[in-house]
Amino acid sequence: MLFKTSPSPHIKASNKVQSMMFQVLYALIPGALAAMYFFGWGVLFNLGIAISICLASEALMLKLRKRNITTHLTDGSALVTACLLALALPPLAPWWLTTIACLFAIVVAKHLYGGLGFNPFNPAMVGYIVVMISFPLQMTLWTTPISIGHGWPDFLTTFHWVFGGHLPTNANLDSISMATPMDIIKTQLHQSHFINETRASDTYKMFFGTLSGVGWQWINSLYLIGGIWLIKKGVIDWRIPVALLIGLAFFANLFQAIDFSTHTSAIFQLFSGGIMLGAFFIATDPITASTTPKGRWLYGFGIGTLIFIIRTWGGYPDGIAFAVVIMNMVVPIIDYYTLPKIYGHSNN
Amino acid sequence: MTVTKTISTFHGGLKLKGNKQLSTGTAITAAAVVSQYIIPLQQHIGAISESLVSIGEHVLKGQMIAKPGSTISAAVHAPVSGTITAIDRQPVPHVSGLPDYCITIDNDFKDKWVKTQPLAEDYNNHTSRDLRQLLRDAGIVGLGGATFPSDIKETEMDTHTLILNGVECEPYITCDDMLMRERAQQVLAGADIIGHIIKAHECIVAIENNKPEAIKAMQAVIDADGTGFFRLQVIPTLYPSGGEKQLIKIITGKEVPSGHFPGELDVLCHNVATAYAIYQAIYEARPLISRIMTVTGHGIQQPQNIEVLIGTPMKDCIEQCGGYINDNCELIMGGPMMGLTLQSDHLPVIKATNCLLIRPCTEAADTKTHLPCIRCGKCVEVCPVRLLPQQLYWYTSCKNMERVKNHHLFDCIECGCCAYVCPSDIPLVQYYRFAKTEIRHKQQQRIASDTARQHHEAHQQRLERQKQEREQRLRKKREMLAARNKNTDSNNKEAITDAIARAKAKKAEREQAATKQPVKQ
Ligand code: SF4
Ligand code: SF4
Repeated sequence: MLFKTSPSPHIKASNKVQSMMFQVLYALIPGALAAMYFFGWGVLFNLGIAISICLASEALMLKLRKRNITTHLTDGSALVTACLLALALPPLAPWWLTTIACLFAIVVAKHLYGGLGFNPFNPAMVGYIVVMISFPLQMTLWTTPISIGHGWPDFLTTFHWVFGGHLPTNANLDSISMATPMDIIKTQLHQSHFINETRASDTYKMFFGTLSGVGWQWINSLYLIGGIWLIKKGVIDWRIPVALLIGLAFFANLFQAIDFSTHTSAIFQLFSGGIMLGAFFIATDPITASTTPKGRWLYGFGIGTLIFIIRTWGGYPDGIAFAVVIMNMVVPIIDYYTLPKIYGHSNN
Repeated sequence: MTVTKTISTFHGGLKLKGNKQLSTGTAITAAAVVSQYIIPLQQHIGAISESLVSIGEHVLKGQMIAKPGSTISAAVHAPVSGTITAIDRQPVPHVSGLPDYCITIDNDFKDKWVKTQPLAEDYNNHTSRDLRQLLRDAGIVGLGGATFPSDIKETEMDTHTLILNGVECEPYITCDDMLMRERAQQVLAGADIIGHIIKAHECIVAIENNKPEAIKAMQAVIDADGTGFFRLQVIPTLYPSGGEKQLIKIITGKEVPSGHFPGELDVLCHNVATAYAIYQAIYEARPLISRIMTVTGHGIQQPQNIEVLIGTPMKDCIEQCGGYINDNCELIMGGPMMGLTLQSDHLPVIKATNCLLIRPCTEAADTKTHLPCIRCGKCVEVCPVRLLPQQLYWYTSCKNMERVKNHHLFDCIECGCCAYVCPSDIPLVQYYRFAKTEIRHKQQQRIASDTARQHHEAHQQRLERQKQEREQRLRKKREMLAARNKNTDSNNKEAITDAIARAKAKKAEREQAATKQPVKQ
């Protein structure tokens, strides 16, 4: 009788790439539901469009590159890219904007660089940056959160806007959309209104909650909870998000201490925009992050620092995508200089 | 009291499901005697043993049938009395899967021992050197898995601390556990002998906390001993705590410098089974002709530990344990983490065979297709050597062997932790083995080509030297000739000038005479 032979080890942990990816998706659910609650149907449309485009282009690229479509399509990585992108884009993004972002993410940033495991840049963030630079106006189309004014537009209105590019006669863009709290503060600062003035003013005070913007504070908190769950599950490394949040909080505190009137608090920074989504779900993308334990500290801290710099002095209200991609670029150097000390070696 | 606090930990490691209770239900039983034994000549690390017998010769049980082939090598003994029927290449349990030289003995079932007198307590009056020779003659090798010849391992140097390794961290394997439970006295007596040889001041017995019975049995003997030489150290269950370097780190807090032996830290590590074999050699004059082996897994009818003669066909051991549950299974020699899958059970049990693990194929990991590395870093977290397995994999797959070496591939102990956790199912250890062979091969080639080049260069130099010498000789000759020519030349010139001068003088005389004469007239 001949037995099958195989290389050791002969037992394996049950974790798989696919299960990791799906756990990431599960962890997104609370935050995503909150986003839908506060910003309406647009979030759902984004998800629908992004998922179909990403999966379709992934399948197409796998076919062109003669890879096994079932094994790779079911690994869940394209699905994660799609969801991250959809949740990062504004809820009133027109269909073609989402489509372009997705195509860039999957076709260019992922497959042209060699597919899963070989892409140096975070695909979702590359897609985001492309549309951010090309269509800055559309990228500000956030809906009014539910509790303010008329709140977000109904299904049909949103549908018309996203797919048809126009609104029904009874609606106008100004009434259904508004700038994000980060934007508001930035524009007001440009007009020499200090932060406390802005937050106390009658026009704007309803947009701010205890931690940060209305809606945003909830969404961020729920992403934070999802992220902690992922850490507990061992799906993501805790160092990157912790270092990122520390980096951002450190500079926010430092500058607020220097000038209270033109810098927001660390808490406001941490719970605004896509920080928690970025820290726990985007920066932790293992493929494009540093892979050494020490390197992950540096990588996370670097992203946090860059976010603060871009938010404070840059031309864009939220700098996560740029910060992540810039740090992606230095990953090889970080990895090279942070090799761990090996057993039996005094140093490297 | 047992000390449960450990001094240190190593990086990473895995908490694995032990599956040990499968084979600890019954006491160690003696394996059935069979009619034919096949004893490989290479069962250890080092040079192959040299056969001392010829076909047709009758040998006695315990007789040395092959002697160490070099300094690092081990003797081999007849497990039964009988007749040598073959000395040829036979299938052996080895990674390469290639047949190797074996001595085949047909059992005469007389069980006639070669005549020897055990040293017993008398060993205390013998020098370390004598005892080392005795262990060498008894064919003792490390039975924890590495099968390093023991007489070499007990270095000439005196060593302060002896660590007795009863960790047995691989899942399923229980032979050391059972040995300690049932024969603690003998194991510790063996450790005492090692301690005597290396002049150790203390012996720390390390056992994982998942073996309470073994701990109890060993502790009882230690308490009764009362010399204070032994100390029991219970350590947490974590794979691979039984690895020599990992265990030394746990016990002493120090790391064995890369590329060096533990002796540098004044410690020596020995497995409990080795200590038992040494006990048998000294107290029973019994060379290493048997060992305790676990036959276990969910694919075998009656998992248990058996004491088996080296050279017994595995097939017979499996039959003794009730046989396979079904045909669709996997046969592993060793544990599930580092063991070797075997193609067939028509192979002899060797000194290194601590376990035969039989698992239904459904349990076997499928590594046929694997996804690309997603750099998740799980492998980094578990690597006990603190290597970067994913980088090693990356550089191996793009054949950048320089980089692989720079990332310290040769410090990898092939424990398999990285491959165990890899979510992409990459058979990482296989890549590392490949890279190691590749690099060693290249080095050998380089050495070979270096030697060839040196030979060639030496040859060229010789030719060049000969040429130069020849030229020099020629030059010298030419110079000599030239010098002689010059000499003759100048002689000639002088002669000519002389002659001219003489002629002139004569002429002048004549003229003078001529002018004088008319004056006279
Ligand atoms: S565990 Fe596997 S996939 Fe993860 S970094 Fe290591 S080799 Fe890559
Ligand atoms: S097999 Fe080698 S690289 Fe992998 S975990 Fe063990 S020592 Fe580290």
